[in-house]
Amino acid sequence: MDRYINAPVSDEDAKSLKSGDYVYITGTIYTARDAAHKRMQEFLDEGKALPIDIKNNIIYYMGPSPARNGRPIGSAGPTTASRMDKYTPKLLDLGLKGMIGKGKRNNSVKEAMIRNGAVYFAAVGGAGALLSQRIKSSEVIAYDDLGTEAIRKLEVENFPVIVVIDSTGNDLYEISIKEYKSI
Amino acid sequence: MRTVNVNEITDNIKEMCIEANHFLSDDMKDAVNHAAENEKSLLGIQILCQLQENLEIAQKEMIPICQDTGMAVIFMKIGQDVHFIGGNLENAIHEGVRQGYVEGYLRKSVVSDPLIRENTKDNTPAVIHYEIVDGENVEILLTPKGFGSENMSRVFMLKPSDGREGVINAILTAVKDAGPNACPPMIVGVGIGGTFEKCALMAKQALTRETGCYSNIPHIKEMEQETLIKINELGIGPGGLGGNVTALAVHINTYPTHIAGLPVAVNICCHVNRHVVRII
Repeated sequence: MDRYINAPVSDEDAKSLKSGDYVYITGTIYTARDAAHKRMQEFLDEGKALPIDIKNNIIYYMGPSPARNGRPIGSAGPTTASRMDKYTPKLLDLGLKGMIGKGKRNNSVKEAMIRNGAVYFAAVGGAGALLSQRIKSSEVIAYDDLGTEAIRKLEVENFPVIVVIDSTGNDLYEISIKEYKSI
Repeated sequence: MRTVNVNEITDNIKEMCIEANHFLSDDMKDAVNHAAENEKSLLGIQILCQLQENLEIAQKEMIPICQDTGMAVIFMKIGQDVHFIGGNLENAIHEGVRQGYVEGYLRKSVVSDPLIRENTKDNTPAVIHYEIVDGENVEILLTPKGFGSENMSRVFMLKPSDGREGVINAILTAVKDAGPNACPPMIVGVGIGGTFEKCALMAKQALTRETGCYSNIPHIKEMEQETLIKINELGIGPGGLGGNVTALAVHINTYPTHIAGLPVAVNICCHVNRHVVRII
């Protein structure tokens, strides 16, 4: 089913999304990948506040290529989500409502998603040029020294993603493969 | 003997970095088009159409095909009658990568120390492999390698008794474990034989072969065809979201090996399998 949602995402919207839905996101989302997650974890361990208000927000696992003049961002496709698994349950418990990436998630992430009513979306890996055109603005808001791995605030318009794991734990990677497996 | 100024190497590598990251070679484009015609899953077709559109946008708008513009892997085939002048060859290669990535708006994805992890900010150093060949030409093959798929690559030290079936099972295991993480549809590069490091290098080289060209060893060609069919029966599909096109091609390179061993390396590359060759 095609769905159009706004970001930050409401609890109701997150719960209504089902594994397999094709979703177009409009609004504000944040980027963070390996190094930013590691640093956010260190901040939390030290009792410091996170540089973004994570509640009801979506994190996009992405490190862009540099923007050419006059453009908001360079190529901007998803990176592999499982590298963030170690840090994700904690962020979900703090109110993170959605994640955009690609690839599998582990069970502790799935359990934390169910516990908090969150959604994991996949964007198409290797379609960074196309996806960049749905990003209207980009601003580094924290950890500038991390270069491509800094935390960016993005304004997106009809950003195309697919619900892989919904808030009840259904995993499209597991479901859909069975349909086509013949070995 | 022929004299080659290393500045010429720098200039070519710079251009090749930019070219490889914006213009996918025709063999790979054909493979993606072929996949779109053969995929049965509707979502799979939708994903493959996005990939086709992405390639068009990348070359028209000069936006890298993928934000992971890779670590630059370079295979140099140097004629033994070539004499380099104008500086150190290896420095000239790294300089070409530096200029290409900085001036070409490509992502800097290299950290200087694997544990301390500070970005080098210019995507150097490159990974360079040299081969000395007959003649007085210099062949440069550049393949920027993304790590979504590189991370899912494997080396298996099989036993001779595992044989052909064991090798195919190892390849299937690597592809199955890679699943959606490696951005399918993928190209599967395989090295069989040699030693631990030789088979890994052969697997990387196999990825740079023109997509869809088979091995010229008859029983290996047969194995490439059979393994491709089996991989596509795994059901992983485009984006890992189900379908009958999981791999676009399987390329296998082989080398003699030891009586006690059967090394197998599986190097996976996503559909953005970038490779550019120039002969100087």
